[in-house]
Amino acid sequence: MAPALIIQDLEKTYKGGVTALKGVNLEVAEGDFFGLLGPNGAGKTTLIGILSSLVNKSAGSVSIFGHDLGSDTAAAKACIGLVPQEFNFNMFEPPIEIVANQAGYYGIERGEAFRRAEEKLRKLDLWDKRQVMSRTLSGGMKRRLMIARALVNEPKLLILDEPTAGVDIEIRRSMWKFLREINDAGTTIILTTHYLEEAESLCRNIAIIDKGELIENTSTRQLLNSLKMETFVLDLESPLAELPQIKTHKLKRVDDQTIEADICRDDSINTLFTELNAHGIKVLSMRNKTNRLEELFMNLVENGNGNRAAI
Amino acid sequence: MNTSEKLIALKAIITKEILRFSRIWIQTVLPPVITTALYFIIFGNLIGPRIGEMDGFGYMEFIIPGLIMMAVITNSYANVVSSFYGSKFQRHIEEMLISPVPNYIILIGYISGGVARGLTVGVAVTIVSLVFHPLNIHSLWVMLSMIILTAILFSLAGLINGVYAKSFDDISIIPTFVLTPLTYLGGIFYSINMLPEFWQQLSLANPILYMVNAFRYGFLGISDISLMTSYAISIAFIIALYMYSLYLLRKGHGIRT
Repeated sequence: MAPALIIQDLEKTYKGGVTALKGVNLEVAEGDFFGLLGPNGAGKTTLIGILSSLVNKSAGSVSIFGHDLGSDTAAAKACIGLVPQEFNFNMFEPPIEIVANQAGYYGIERGEAFRRAEEKLRKLDLWDKRQVMSRTLSGGMKRRLMIARALVNEPKLLILDEPTAGVDIEIRRSMWKFLREINDAGTTIILTTHYLEEAESLCRNIAIIDKGELIENTSTRQLLNSLKMETFVLDLESPLAELPQIKTHKLKRVDDQTIEADICRDDSINTLFTELNAHGIKVLSMRNKTNRLEELFMNLVENGNGNRAAI
Repeated sequence: MNTSEKLIALKAIITKEILRFSRIWIQTVLPPVITTALYFIIFGNLIGPRIGEMDGFGYMEFIIPGLIMMAVITNSYANVVSSFYGSKFQRHIEEMLISPVPNYIILIGYISGGVARGLTVGVAVTIVSLVFHPLNIHSLWVMLSMIILTAILFSLAGLINGVYAKSFDDISIIPTFVLTPLTYLGGIFYSINMLPEFWQQLSLANPILYMVNAFRYGFLGISDISLMTSYAISIAFIIALYMYSLYLLRKGHGIRT
């Protein structure tokens, strides 16, 4: 069985001389939920642009389910559904036509196109809005419309470029549920996101791209296991007069009744409580300060390739 | 994609294009009908009788084919340039670019939309002309073939303009400064035989002259230009513009980075 995606030595240099991709190699297995992370300007959107034929590559090759995007273009394109970062549908068309027309571009007969459009719009809670002008939809609805449109050709590979940007938590969670269902049904998903909680929650494998180069490509579990240090927020029973000096852990005062503690993954957390107890400090509750993946991501991007020891 | 799937994709693009201009018919179909009706009233009814006959026909009868042709030219062009540029501006051209639909189908789809609007307006203007003068058809075949060739040609020109356009100003520059002067000087309101020799020769460089005259032949059976020359020039322009449009789409000029 051919992998869903094979990228080899992919390069892109724009006309102005900016090099967005510097020889990226990547493989995504069929059925995977794959996260592509990176800071702004890292090359994520360029990479997705090349996969979806909206950006011309400078060098390298892309194969989608065994179809070379350069030589077997139509077959490769037929496997893909794209949810871009920015709204790119006709704001003066109703959702039903946007979705049905997209099906038509894939050679799906008009009657079947409308049947599928109805199915997708119902699934994404847009059926009631099928005849309104798309420009009148809310931001969350517009995002869901783009997902419905991307699914109408029933793609084997769904690419989502920051699909939940700007949507509220409730809609985001419902979109996560929906994407998990699609993935469980067999669709391979590639997701780029700035919400690292989203990547941690959804993706089985993650690649991190920075300055046009892949600096990490592994499973989410393995990536999180490499995190050496975590910061916890501790809520105290009574106000703290002075921050105690503890040799084993680094503490930081947040306010009178809150402190932060850095805890090494290899150390026992009991040591911290023993020390705090010795100083007469009682802890009421404790929580993670940041998303673990976010911490890891920042370390990787700030420290560069292969510097995981510094994490 | 097999042939059947390509035809379905083409039908989808054409349907989308026709719905686009139909939905906003008050902006797309009605204005040219009103403008042409004013031409009929002012030039045909009020000024025409004072001008007298033109090549043996009343002035109103003489200008009707040219005015229909003018409406078809401007609307075919305007439809494709605004639709294509609009799809670039709103980025929904990407819907087609990511799909497996080949470039030539996209091109034919847009051109068909332009032809559909050009012919819709042409038919509407012809109906309005019946208020002023009964329809005189000398050769239906010449009339239909020339109007369709002209609509195709100017739809292609509109698409090329749309590909190069980077702003809304860019889609009005060519119609305002090139298309309108060429149309007005293309023998709509006069026969080039009325012009001095130098201006007659210069007029022959205007491709619209050939189309207007061939179309008028379809109505009245008269033309300043040989019919074969008109067909040859129209077809040559269509082939050249089609090849160039296809080249631009393949290259992704203005639509792929």
